[in-house]
Amino acid sequence: MVCMEESNSKAISVKALAKNFGKVMGGGDGSASGAVAAVAGISFEIERGEIFGVIGPDGAGKTTLFRILTTLLLPDSGEARVMGYDTVKDYREIRKIVGYMPGKFSLYQDLTVEENLKIFATLFNTTIEENYHLIKDIYGHLEPFKKRRAGALSGGMKQKLALSCALIHKPEVLFLDEPTTGIDPVSRKELWEMLGRLKKQGITIVVSTPYMDEASLCDRIALMQEGKFLMCDRPQAIIDSFSKNLFSVKGENMGALLEGLREAKGVLSCFAFGDSHHITAEKDNGTSSAVTAASLKAELERAGFEGVEVTKTEPSVEDCFMELLSK
Amino acid sequence: MKVIEVENLTKRFGSFTAVDNISFSVERGEIFGFLGANGAGKTTAMKMLCGLLRPSGGRGIVSGFDINRESEKIKASIGYMSQKFALYEDLKVWENIRLYAGIYGVPEKEATERSHTLLEELGLEKERNSLVKSLPLGWRQKLAFSVSIFHKPTIVFLDEPTGGVDPVTRRQFWEMIYKAAGSGITVFVTTHYMDEAEYCNRVSIMVDGRIDALSSPASLKKEFEAESMDEVFRKLARKSKNGEL
Repeated sequence: MVCMEESNSKAISVKALAKNFGKVMGGGDGSASGAVAAVAGISFEIERGEIFGVIGPDGAGKTTLFRILTTLLLPDSGEARVMGYDTVKDYREIRKIVGYMPGKFSLYQDLTVEENLKIFATLFNTTIEENYHLIKDIYGHLEPFKKRRAGALSGGMKQKLALSCALIHKPEVLFLDEPTTGIDPVSRKELWEMLGRLKKQGITIVVSTPYMDEASLCDRIALMQEGKFLMCDRPQAIIDSFSKNLFSVKGENMGALLEGLREAKGVLSCFAFGDSHHITAEKDNGTSSAVTAASLKAELERAGFEGVEVTKTEPSVEDCFMELLSK
Repeated sequence: MKVIEVENLTKRFGSFTAVDNISFSVERGEIFGFLGANGAGKTTAMKMLCGLLRPSGGRGIVSGFDINRESEKIKASIGYMSQKFALYEDLKVWENIRLYAGIYGVPEKEATERSHTLLEELGLEKERNSLVKSLPLGWRQKLAFSVSIFHKPTIVFLDEPTGGVDPVTRRQFWEMIYKAAGSGITVFVTTHYMDEAEYCNRVSIMVDGRIDALSSPASLKKEFEAESMDEVFRKLARKSKNGEL
C-alpha cells in the first residue's frame, strides 16, 4: 500500500511481508481448517520521528507484525527493514537500537524494580544514570518502590517499569504492543502524554492498540484486520475518505430506535454509538431519494418515535473502521 | 424487585481497604455499569457479590441469597463471564455448552434442545464440532456470553466482556446484552470503553474503594457538567488519593 520508494532514511520499511501459522485442528473428524495468515502480505513505511499506530482487534496480527519487526520471529516471505537494517540478516544490529514492550508483562518478577532496570541497562552496555533523563518522567513514579519485587507491583506500575526498561538503552525505535489494553481511561491518557514527550526526543514510536479513540493521537495509523492493512494514512485523511453520509440519531427509546432505523429507507448501516446511534446513507447527489436529516426525522416520527433528533455528523476513525469491516 | 442489595460492604486486606463501605442496589432486568480506575476496588467488590470472597464487613443480598452465609447458593444462581477467561479453548463448541449446562444443573434433555436453538441463533451450527480456539475472538465472546446465561440466571456478571473485540462485534455484543436484559436477566458489567457506559441504565463509578457517583449516564453528565461519560470518569478519577500503587 502507500508510498514505496526505496530509502534507508525511513525508520521502518516493509515489503510484502507475510507470516502463516500452522494448521489449527478442526473437528473430531480430524479436518484441518488450514493455516492462518497472521500477516498477509503487508507493505508500508514509517518515517523517522513518527508515532505510528497499528489499530485493530485481537487476532488481527498486530503482535506477529511487531515480533517480526523486533527480530523475534522470522517472516515466511517478504522483507522488513528497521533503520535500514534487515530484520533477518542484521538482527543483531536491530536489537541494539530498538526498545520493545510486549503486550504481556515479561520482566523478572522475583527481582526488584531497580534490579530489573539495572539488568536491562547492563545488557545494553549502559547505566541507569547515563540515560536517566529519558525515563525520569516515568521511572520517577516508581522510585519510591525501587526495592519492591516487580511481581508485587500493580498493573499500572508494572507497565511503567516495562516502559522504563524498554527505554533505558536510548532506542531509536520504540515498539509498544498494546500498552493501554485493560488500562482505565485516565492512565491511558497519561501514557499517551508520555509517548508525546518521547517523540519530542526524536524516538520513532510504533504502537498497537485496540482502542479506536487513540488513533487521533498518532501521526499515521494502519487499520489492521485478518493480517491485512485495510487502510494506512493520517487519521484525518482516513476520516476524509469516508465515502458515505453519516448521521447521529437520538430519541426516547434508544433500543427500539435502533430497530426502527434499520428499517428506514436508504439506511445502509446502523450501530449504537455511545449516547446516540450512527447511521450511514449514500451521499446525496441531488436526487430526491437521498436521505437527509429532515427526511430521516420525518420517517421516524411517522413510525411513531418521539423526541427524535437527527444531525449530520463527522465520522470518527471508529466509524471508518466499521465501514471498512462491513465491506 | 431488587437483584442486588448491599449495605456498607467493606473488604480490607491487612491495613489496606480495597472496598470501603459501599451501599447500592440493582433492579431486576437492569443493565448496571460498574466503572472505576484500575485498582479502585471493582474486582474485589465483584468477587464479594459473586460469593467468591468473604466481606470484612457489611451485608448484602444477591439473587435472594446472603453474601455472608449463602455464597454457594449465589454461585449456582448467577452467570459469569470475563474477557480473560470464558470458555475452554481445547474443548469443542458443543462440549463447552454441555460442560456449563452440567455445572449449573440444566437437565440433559433440556440442555440438548436448548444448545440447538442457541447455536442456530448464533449462526454457529456448522462450528458445533470445532474447537473453541479455532473460532475468531468475536464469535468466541458471543458464544461465551450465551453460555454464561444458558442456565437462565437471575443476574450475569460481565467483567470487561468486550476488551480487544472489533468495533462491529462489540456493538453486536451489546445488542445481545439488551436482549438478555429484556428477557429479565439483570446485567452487571465492567468496561473500559466509555461509550459502553452510555448503554447502561445506570452507572456507578468507584474511586479508592468507594462509590463516588451512581446514576443514569444522562444525569451523571448533567451533575458533572460533562459532555461525555469519558469526561465524567476523568473528573472523578482525578480525585483519587491512592493513585496507582
